[in-house]
Amino acid sequence: MSLKAGLFAGLMAASLPFLAVSQPVQAEEVKIGVVLTYSGGAAQFGEQIDRGMSLYMETHPEAFGGHTVTLIKRDSKRPGGDIAKNAVQELITAEEVDILAGFVFSPNAMASAPLATQGEVPMIIMNAGTAWIPSLSPYIARVSFTMWHSGYPMGQYAHDTLGCETAAAGYTDYPPGKDSRNAFQTGFESSGGSLIEDIPMGGPREVPDFTPFFQRVKDAAPDCFYVFVPAGNHATAVIKTFAQLGMAEAGIRLIGPGDITQDTKLQDMGDDAVGLITMHHYSADYQTPVNLEFVAAWKAAYGEDSTPDFMAVGGWDGMAAIAHAITEQNGVITAEGTMAALSGWEFESPRGHIMIDPETRDIVMDSNIHEVVRRDDGRLGINVLGTIPQVADPCKALAIGRCGGE
Amino acid sequence: MTTKVYDAENPVVFLRDRTRWHWAEALPWIVAVAIFFLQPITLNLGVQILITIIFALSLDLILGYGGVVTLGHAAYFGAGAYVTGMLSAHLGWNEPISGLLAGATVAGAFGFATGWILLRYHGLALLMLTLALGIMMAELANVTEVWTGGFDGLSGIVIDPIFGIFENDLWRRNYYWYSLIATFFVFLACRRIVNSAFGRSLVGIRENTERMRAIGSPVHLRLVTIYTISAFMAGIAGALFAQVNAYVTLDVLSFARSGTILIVLVLGGTGRLYGAFVGALVYILVEDELAKEYPAYWELGLGFVLVLTALFFRQGLLGALESFVRFCKRLKA
Repeated sequence: MSLKAGLFAGLMAASLPFLAVSQPVQAEEVKIGVVLTYSGGAAQFGEQIDRGMSLYMETHPEAFGGHTVTLIKRDSKRPGGDIAKNAVQELITAEEVDILAGFVFSPNAMASAPLATQGEVPMIIMNAGTAWIPSLSPYIARVSFTMWHSGYPMGQYAHDTLGCETAAAGYTDYPPGKDSRNAFQTGFESSGGSLIEDIPMGGPREVPDFTPFFQRVKDAAPDCFYVFVPAGNHATAVIKTFAQLGMAEAGIRLIGPGDITQDTKLQDMGDDAVGLITMHHYSADYQTPVNLEFVAAWKAAYGEDSTPDFMAVGGWDGMAAIAHAITEQNGVITAEGTMAALSGWEFESPRGHIMIDPETRDIVMDSNIHEVVRRDDGRLGINVLGTIPQVADPCKALAIGRCGGE
Repeated sequence: MTTKVYDAENPVVFLRDRTRWHWAEALPWIVAVAIFFLQPITLNLGVQILITIIFALSLDLILGYGGVVTLGHAAYFGAGAYVTGMLSAHLGWNEPISGLLAGATVAGAFGFATGWILLRYHGLALLMLTLALGIMMAELANVTEVWTGGFDGLSGIVIDPIFGIFENDLWRRNYYWYSLIATFFVFLACRRIVNSAFGRSLVGIRENTERMRAIGSPVHLRLVTIYTISAFMAGIAGALFAQVNAYVTLDVLSFARSGTILIVLVLGGTGRLYGAFVGALVYILVEDELAKEYPAYWELGLGFVLVLTALFFRQGLLGALESFVRFCKRLKA
């Protein structure tokens, strides 16, 4: 890390003289408090975001307008909220950071939100996907996603394009699972389909035996089976069970959000995953120029075997948003100023065109229909079948539940 | 070192001697006050240490004195935290001191109800049952999402200023004192209990349960009593935690919390009350420093410290210090 920081500092120093000519501003030091899950089972998520952030800083030193950016990193350890909140507390009071960034798990972002308000520090959410998080503080902007960005359009697509009249939903029984299920149900039923089975499938910690749940779905014989499980081992088990029970032969189509075909796990899934249709905003396989450049830079920095996924893009885009806010405010950061700078901010991200909605401070982006295919070189890849352009979080647009404001 | 010989006919002298304050006992409180004025660590960290001390003290009562090994003590911490949190979030009961006592009382009552059953067992069976209790509580809080907020946590906790004056400010100035005073009262109670005749009977039960039964001591009742008191104090720690953070998640009931507090206490030294102070201070400071320096690898460093302690200081840090002091005195003699 120190080598990377050194490299960055070097690049910054090298670019300073040029910037000083074009922009006669005082070079400020901007401190960014980064709160991510660096340890434990979810450390890989923190690592993806951290690398995404660092990579943007290394490849775009000019984007920060000549100001020095210091990252102060804290481990949020568990999804419990309190550790993240304590970290944020100290970042604000002891380190006097100008901007807060990161947040893998929703409870961590929710617990910290009041501090952003109290300390008047802007907070950039790079993952946490519970829909109503930005409404918890006027100083929160989110560059990641909500569960509704994938679930809701998937529901509509399942009915309108895949031709499913009936569907079953199976989900891991914790908030993102329920949120995703609700999003799918709302989208599916609003376009005329009906949900005939609704099955909570155990908790997020251990991978359950999916056979009894899937057997129930097979007996109910829906046209589509929407599954939300945490990325990783859960997803692999889902694919295996689905194949073992011969559900595809029974005429049931497996669909879900792109979390279950996360780039970092895709290669482990094998042939059973081929043909799977998911809805998501990013895959490392996108053949757009921006993404090709991003993936190439990633592999150059972190090794040929390393793959960025949607979390890495959250880190990358978040850093781009921060760079924009710093330049707009000439390095003197205020919470209001940052929100004003990010309101309506547009960016060409590796995932495509994104924007921060001025109304909700949440992300507006394309949702893409992914199909898993076997490439010629034997690797599994993602083909984009179609795009639903510029989706604003449907939960807030439709004012459902807590998204409607309290 | 002269050992005073006590008259077995008159145990009151022995008990009174044990209750007498030693000058060194003022040390932790002087340190605590000095931390406020000099702030070598942030007060926020100080508050965390104080809460951990209360929680560790509560565990010391049953583990260090009663000899009850538990892996589910977070159940009572969590009960206190959730009750105090839900009173505020759902019923608008925002007064801090009564909220704290309410949370602790419910935790104590829960400790009584569960302790009555749990303490019929001992050894491995007890260990497994306490573990199961902790897991069941965490799952219960997960499924009763309407009240507890489930995985996303209980938000909407608003705590009034203490006595209508002292707010929970960003720097935790007021809550440091609030936690310190709570710690002091809990400690006084613990000290009084362990040095009473009741406390001595607990040590007797720890050392030789059968013999205590043989001399007519109501073993089960004694254990349930101390377990209830311990649960009450764990509830105080939990309630303080909820008020300071104004947020409660399933984490307060997690197995990790039960395990950590056990480690904290063993690190400091069991059965000596001040072990809780030393353990909490060292554990949290080391964890905080390591996590700041190495966000990704701090657990490795912490594990290393704990392994070293377990290998070389079987009696915990305070036990090691006592041995050292004894050793020095022997050298002098």
